[in-house]
Amino acid sequence: MSDIDQYRIEQEPFYQVQHDEISLYQAAYDERLPVMIKGPTGCGKSRFVEYMAWKLNRPLITVACNDDMTASDLVGRFLLDSNGTRWLDGPLTTAARIGAICYLDEVVEARQDTTVVIHPLTDHRRTLPLDKKGELVAAHPDFQLVISYNPGYQSLMKDLKQSTKQRFSAMTFDYPDTALEAEIVSKETNSPLDVAMRLVRVAKTARNLKGHGLDEGISTRLLAYAARLINRGVQPQAACRMALVDPITDDADIRSTLNHAIDAVFN
Amino acid sequence: MSLSEDDLRGYRKRLTCNFKQIDQVFGDCMNQAVTTLSPKGVEDYLDGASLICMVGRGVEPVLSYLEEMPEVARKLGEETLTLVSQSVWKISRSPNGKAIPVFLQTLAEASRRLGSRELLERYCAKVLEFMERTSSSIHGNQSATIPSPSLIELLQRLPGLLHELSFEGLNNWIEYGLANYLHHPGRQRDYFSLQSADSRAIMQRERHGTLYADHERKLDLYMKALWQKDELFVPYSRAFDQLRKPAPYFDDRGIRVPDVYEDKGSISGIDRYRALLAHVAAHKRWTTPVIADNYSPFQRVAIEMFEDSRVEYLAMQFYPGLRRLWTALHPAPGEDDCDPSIESCIRHRLAMLSYALLCAEHNYRNSDLLEFVARFRQLMQQQKHTTKQVADLAISYIARTRRQADLSANIYFADTEVSYRDDNRHMWRFIEQGDEEEMFEEERKAEAEESDRLPPRHYPEWDYKSRTYRPDWVSLYESLHPSGSAAIIDRLLTKHHVLVKQLKQIFDLLKPQQCVRVRYQEEGSELDLDVAISSLIDIRSGARPDPRINMSHHRDGRDIAVMLLLDLSESLNRVPDGCSQTILELSQEAVALLGYAVEHLGDEFAIAGFSSNTRHEVRYQHIKGYSEHWDDMVKARLAAMQAGYSTRMGAAIRHAAHYLEARRADKKLLLILTDGEPHDIDEQDGRLLIEDARKAVQELHRQDIYGFCVNLDPQADDCVEDIFGKRFTVIDRVERLPQKLPELFFSLTR
Repeated sequence: MSDIDQYRIEQEPFYQVQHDEISLYQAAYDERLPVMIKGPTGCGKSRFVEYMAWKLNRPLITVACNDDMTASDLVGRFLLDSNGTRWLDGPLTTAARIGAICYLDEVVEARQDTTVVIHPLTDHRRTLPLDKKGELVAAHPDFQLVISYNPGYQSLMKDLKQSTKQRFSAMTFDYPDTALEAEIVSKETNSPLDVAMRLVRVAKTARNLKGHGLDEGISTRLLAYAARLINRGVQPQAACRMALVDPITDDADIRSTLNHAIDAVFN
Repeated sequence: MSLSEDDLRGYRKRLTCNFKQIDQVFGDCMNQAVTTLSPKGVEDYLDGASLICMVGRGVEPVLSYLEEMPEVARKLGEETLTLVSQSVWKISRSPNGKAIPVFLQTLAEASRRLGSRELLERYCAKVLEFMERTSSSIHGNQSATIPSPSLIELLQRLPGLLHELSFEGLNNWIEYGLANYLHHPGRQRDYFSLQSADSRAIMQRERHGTLYADHERKLDLYMKALWQKDELFVPYSRAFDQLRKPAPYFDDRGIRVPDVYEDKGSISGIDRYRALLAHVAAHKRWTTPVIADNYSPFQRVAIEMFEDSRVEYLAMQFYPGLRRLWTALHPAPGEDDCDPSIESCIRHRLAMLSYALLCAEHNYRNSDLLEFVARFRQLMQQQKHTTKQVADLAISYIARTRRQADLSANIYFADTEVSYRDDNRHMWRFIEQGDEEEMFEEERKAEAEESDRLPPRHYPEWDYKSRTYRPDWVSLYESLHPSGSAAIIDRLLTKHHVLVKQLKQIFDLLKPQQCVRVRYQEEGSELDLDVAISSLIDIRSGARPDPRINMSHHRDGRDIAVMLLLDLSESLNRVPDGCSQTILELSQEAVALLGYAVEHLGDEFAIAGFSSNTRHEVRYQHIKGYSEHWDDMVKARLAAMQAGYSTRMGAAIRHAAHYLEARRADKKLLLILTDGEPHDIDEQDGRLLIEDARKAVQELHRQDIYGFCVNLDPQADDCVEDIFGKRFTVIDRVERLPQKLPELFFSLTR
């Protein structure tokens, strides 16, 4: 069972609490309720789940969902080896067996016929039928399912069905307020608080443009990138252009405006 | 060194002109001339003045010449002396003598702006050329007897225009006016006095500097991003108002910004706009209005300046980079520039203080100034400070530093105006209407609009001769087509019900379906042979096979947007040879069938009709909108189709394209039903509108819209081919539709 150890989180991940999310998640876990985490990209969702897994001392199995994923990628499949066939559990089944937290990241990317596979695990049954094997796996008492997704720029085609949505309890995340976000960036990257504060101000100007040409404002993750570049000696303006402006837009007017904002914030 | 009496008399004799008024100024003029010109130059100077006197237009021109020319000659060379006098002589040979004084008055400004003798030569040549081309005579080819209708207006405007345009730009502007209005004296006058809309539009086009119109979106984004404000901008022009130079300001109707900003030093035009907007946004966020009635004008000016500095200070807490921008644009007057014994230095003092508050590296030594800078900084250190507090500071500053000379009418203005600051009218509330300051304009009630039409949209028109667009040339009015009885259309459809069925079948086959293949399915409609084979190989070799050996298809749905544009001009009322119905009736039938069938082709389908009555009234009548269904209301409008007026096709195509562009569809189709030649009653040149329609069709191509013409006249004109190239078909009987339509759609989906 040394496989399980690869999923354990040994070191405490840095997470800055914003409101009461830790206690809310704790309560949900105590009830083994499935949790849906919503929020824009780069605001701390995956980090939060990592932190909670560490805190609760559970292994964490993360699956990055994509359009090409089939049900067997989640549940498991038969493999061929020299002796014939053998069954290999997928990540969902493994988590259910060992009592880990299974975290499906960007679950909306997966096709809907794949997503319904999780339904039996998320209601009172807490079982996972393995049709190909003919086995009914009963989930470990410590098992919990967590999913994340970015509302906002999913098309009508790609959205969770109501029957899936209503099996989860949801927590909404957003970018933290200015002082807190600066602290997070500063601690995460070991950079001075003043620099982090200025970066957050630049991010705020971009977030004001959401819906007016930008799909999404600048995320905390990008701020961390910029801070790390500045730590390496890159000029602040250049670091911001590389990490904050160029990744998010190609529109000339928006880039001009954001570049001006960077010049205005960094003297 | 002043001239002796003898010398003066000698010179005076050389100037063969007997007006008494000359004697009064002759001494001063000669003194200046002798110091600035060479001896030969002085001779040319006097000869030139004599020539102008001889022309017989009175003393004014001579006086202008005597006063202005020494300076012009000094700057640009002494050849200008004879250049100018010869030009005046030439003007006097024409019936345009009245323009001579005006011409001479423009010279000072022209020489300043143009800066070289060559350009001044070209300038004079241009004026003379203009004069020749616009002066005319009624009978025969003799020299002109009627003066130019617009020369004087042009000359009056020239100094201002030279300020805004380069010489090339000025040339283009003049050429445009001459090309279009040579034969219309009234419109010519309007154009060259900058009163007509297109003359202003052309001038705008030729201007240099950062135009507001080109950067509107950037400024919008700037306000949203940095200041979280959604503002309406209203550009004003400094080119047209010569008497009062407008300043930027804001009120509840929006922010007034200049329509063009030149670069200033290292600061680009767009950054000057941003500096202005930052200042305005700062006011909006932090300034509370103050009751003005108890303050004197000087106190108010000081309060405004202090408040400007305060809100800028607050803004720089958020965006420190603004300091560099504002400092570069702020004037930095020298400490001793103003002499308090002879002029009012109040503006100068305030400008210095304002600069000191903004930029710590000022070099001023005045003790009052330094003290108030310190007190201001102290106030800024407090957590919260208000407009009122800084007003008190301003008043004590005025009380401390006022001088007797402040009240003098002679106010020192140089270097005291801060171009990026607004005029602060928003700061003041008045309880009583005073009589010393300016009255704000009374709200004028807008007259209720009489017409039920929407205001017109303006479209440019392509002038093939000058190969440019005429901006805002055509006014297009949209409206809803009046309705008739839907039964007429229903009858048409039943009459041709066989055709209708045929068309439907054709369309079903022709629908360009996007078939998207979805591979790597564990379950699907067919076997994907490639994957199946490789899986089998894997099994045989003992590796893990990929179970996703199937694939399926799904259709991507409808993705065509169609716009049907109908020519509703007078020529539709005729019956062509060999036909039994008018073209209008044929058109109606064709549209009824097409409409019914295209409804099956794609969801996005609209119909509109156009006709025109000169360029000022192009009518565009909606018959069916994209969101409407092919129902009785639409049929009723179609039934009421009437033909009349002319065909100005280009504008209608552009307008239809405007609607089509907004649709989200992979393929966009503009079908135009016409009987041929675009023409209009106000255009003598037959080719012009044909070329314009052709240009409009080319623009369609650039917008990814497929333009296709359905020509209803069996004796189709060649010009349809000119306009649409290969993309047209002739349909003279409705029965031809099923045959011809597939051609269209095959070429569309290729």
